[in-house]
Amino acid sequence: MEDVVNLFHGFAVVLQPFNLAVMVLGIVLGVIIGVLPGLGGANGIAILLPLTFSMSPTSAIIMLSCIYWGALFGGAITSVLFNIPGEPWSVATTFDGHPMAQQGRAGEALTAAFTSSFVGALFAVIVITLVAPLVALFALKFGPAEKFSVFFLAFCSFIGMGKEPPFKTLVSMMIGFALAAVGLDSVTGQLRLTFGFTDFLNGFDFLIAVIGLFGIGEILLTMEEGLAFKGKAVAINPRVVWQTWLELPRYWMTSLRSCLIGCWMGISPAGATPASFMSYGIAKRISKRGFNFGKGEIEGVVAPETAAHAAGTAALLPMLSLGVPGSPTAAVLLGGLLIWGLQPGPLLFVEQKDFVWGLIASMYIGNLVGLIIVLTMVPLFAAILRIPFSVIAPVILVICAIGAYTVHNSTFDVVMMLVFGIVGYVMKKCDYPLAPMVLAIVLGDKAEEAFRQSLLASQGHLAVFWSNGLVGSIMALGLISLFWPLIQGAWSRMRARPAS
Amino acid sequence: MSHALKAALLGAAVLSVSPVSAALAAWEPTRTVEIIVPAGPGGGADQMARVVQGIVTKHNLMKQAMVVINKAGAAGGEGFLDVKGSNANPHKLVITLSNLFTTPLATGIPFNWKDLTPVAMMALDEFVLWVNADKPYKSVKDYITAIKAKGPGEFKMGGTGSKQEDQIITVAIEKAANVKLTYIPFRGGGEVAVQLVGGHVDSTVNNPIEAVAQWRAGKVRPLCVFDGKPLPYTDKVTADMAWSDIPTCKSQGLDMEYVMLRGFFMPAGVTKDQVAFYVDLLQKVRETPEWKDLMKTGAFNQTFMIGDEYAKWVAAEEARHRDLMTAAGFLAGK
Repeated sequence: MEDVVNLFHGFAVVLQPFNLAVMVLGIVLGVIIGVLPGLGGANGIAILLPLTFSMSPTSAIIMLSCIYWGALFGGAITSVLFNIPGEPWSVATTFDGHPMAQQGRAGEALTAAFTSSFVGALFAVIVITLVAPLVALFALKFGPAEKFSVFFLAFCSFIGMGKEPPFKTLVSMMIGFALAAVGLDSVTGQLRLTFGFTDFLNGFDFLIAVIGLFGIGEILLTMEEGLAFKGKAVAINPRVVWQTWLELPRYWMTSLRSCLIGCWMGISPAGATPASFMSYGIAKRISKRGFNFGKGEIEGVVAPETAAHAAGTAALLPMLSLGVPGSPTAAVLLGGLLIWGLQPGPLLFVEQKDFVWGLIASMYIGNLVGLIIVLTMVPLFAAILRIPFSVIAPVILVICAIGAYTVHNSTFDVVMMLVFGIVGYVMKKCDYPLAPMVLAIVLGDKAEEAFRQSLLASQGHLAVFWSNGLVGSIMALGLISLFWPLIQGAWSRMRARPAS
Repeated sequence: MSHALKAALLGAAVLSVSPVSAALAAWEPTRTVEIIVPAGPGGGADQMARVVQGIVTKHNLMKQAMVVINKAGAAGGEGFLDVKGSNANPHKLVITLSNLFTTPLATGIPFNWKDLTPVAMMALDEFVLWVNADKPYKSVKDYITAIKAKGPGEFKMGGTGSKQEDQIITVAIEKAANVKLTYIPFRGGGEVAVQLVGGHVDSTVNNPIEAVAQWRAGKVRPLCVFDGKPLPYTDKVTADMAWSDIPTCKSQGLDMEYVMLRGFFMPAGVTKDQVAFYVDLLQKVRETPEWKDLMKTGAFNQTFMIGDEYAKWVAAEEARHRDLMTAAGFLAGK
């Protein structure tokens, strides 16, 4: 009961005119940051952090967390319109969002993405409000073995979901793992696969690979189809938001499941990216229209967006209560907290009630304000597709190059982006799926690290992955989803036999 | 007193006495100054860089803006190579941690601190031996006895990075106490602290600032500090203990010391005037209440050095790291 009083006190703080103004500003900036690939929420917040030094800590965190919400919303825009994920967790959104845009349903896809984002965030905030202390305890249970099992589940729920032959999926995933291995091996502290080139020290950044594979690859494909001097004939339909909303409640199961996956991933803290992939993979498995995923299914937009936003929101909880950031953006926010003289940790909730509940209240209102802002812009965003490709392509190319440069401030990355673009084009022409490769690049090194940490701790015994109920059940889930097609096949044969 | 120090003090004196002539002579940044952090966001070096940035911005200590850029790739190698490649660029600073020595030694990347110009040592970061508060060991002696009782390699030490300061300390503990620990590397100090609270590792050597929140919440217990003398901060952090109440490891029979550099460097080839500007700037930063708060929260050792004294300290420290890492077998294979 005391928490509810605190929360309403928090609302009172947030609804002060100055804080509301800061909130709107933060969201608009965040959307812009999310749209620009490569800039990313973490960089964006780091750049804008100094702006907040003269504010009170509560106003400052409201502004920065709203930039974060804005970036989460904004990441979906370029994914749907141009097949360029502005943020890693938007990759899964491109799978169905972009085909929808190609069919002239961009407005629908964007509305579904934004609304799902809002639902996911709202769910996570409610979880934070109600069970914050319990959730923090749950996060403590995640050691290296538990973390590996989560990554294992993410990979398993994704294997065998494409239409492509399993062999091609495997090849694509292995290339991804190999690319993820380049750079410093964090367990031995030695360099791997750099061949003496200092440019390879960092390994291949996920964002650069994604901007190249998806963005540049897409432009090359479109160019091959001929440079048409006309845009897509999309009617600007201001009612698209309402029409989509009428359709969305049908996917409540997918939404709820994605919310749960998202919260779990955000707290554990594996982050928004595995959450979005896992949620998409599982939705495809379970949905009745799973066969149509990847061809423009609205459910394929709802699942990853809901999970990503729920995870992004839930990731703030371990940061506040344990001092461990669940995402790079949360890490920069953590730095901000220290500058404002606040110490994240178990005592923050006790000692800084105004601040914590102000932040939680700003999550409610900030997401609502963010939803309203982005939804009013849906027809506008959708209209971008009416611009002829020959005009928009150079603009996209420039934005991609700037994005790739921004990741590490290095021109070498721009070259890498172009190389990845050609790789992406060739792979698409040869029908190799890109998604498994991307998944392996983004999670490969983290999964490897967790695996080796677990084996170090267990002195080489694989039994560590079955050593307690938590890790054992996650591993079992992973194996079930890996062999699901076989299990399903066996099950239908068994049912068929008595009948015949 | 060294020449550089004298020159710097003289410069400061001139500045305060005759502003007109100083304005003509003194160098000032003409565009945005970058602080390169050779570590990820959220870590100790990153926090310090961002606090400096915050102080400079808030107190208007410099006309130009200051930005913090993380270049964490290859255990900080990315950041160091970037600064090495910015010869004579007076608008670039780099904040260092022990990876200034450990990264080139462990990975063999073409970099040495002599490729940089030392500016100022801002502080030394302390290391404390922490255990989970639920465990029965209350002293270093209990802890060592427990390790020996459990057998070699059964005790898990969590730390940040591989072949860096935390693992060097772990190896030194093994030598000093004649035990064998299993070292598990994690990505950041905060994560390490949480792994200890969750019981996934048995002990850590976190910096004070990384573990203080968990200590105040009663989740972890400090056993000893790896400095030559106890910490000077006497304000109570928990109900009954202050930083100064933690004994030194040496006094507990663990004969070893380790502190970590938190200092600023510039690229090679910058002029004396340019270095003097930043020395002066950083001295002003040290006078602000925000800086003093950070020192207190993180229980830093507030040693300040510039000029030749600083360069000599860094050279000695490099030699020490080379010895420690050679003994541990951490040098890059040829």
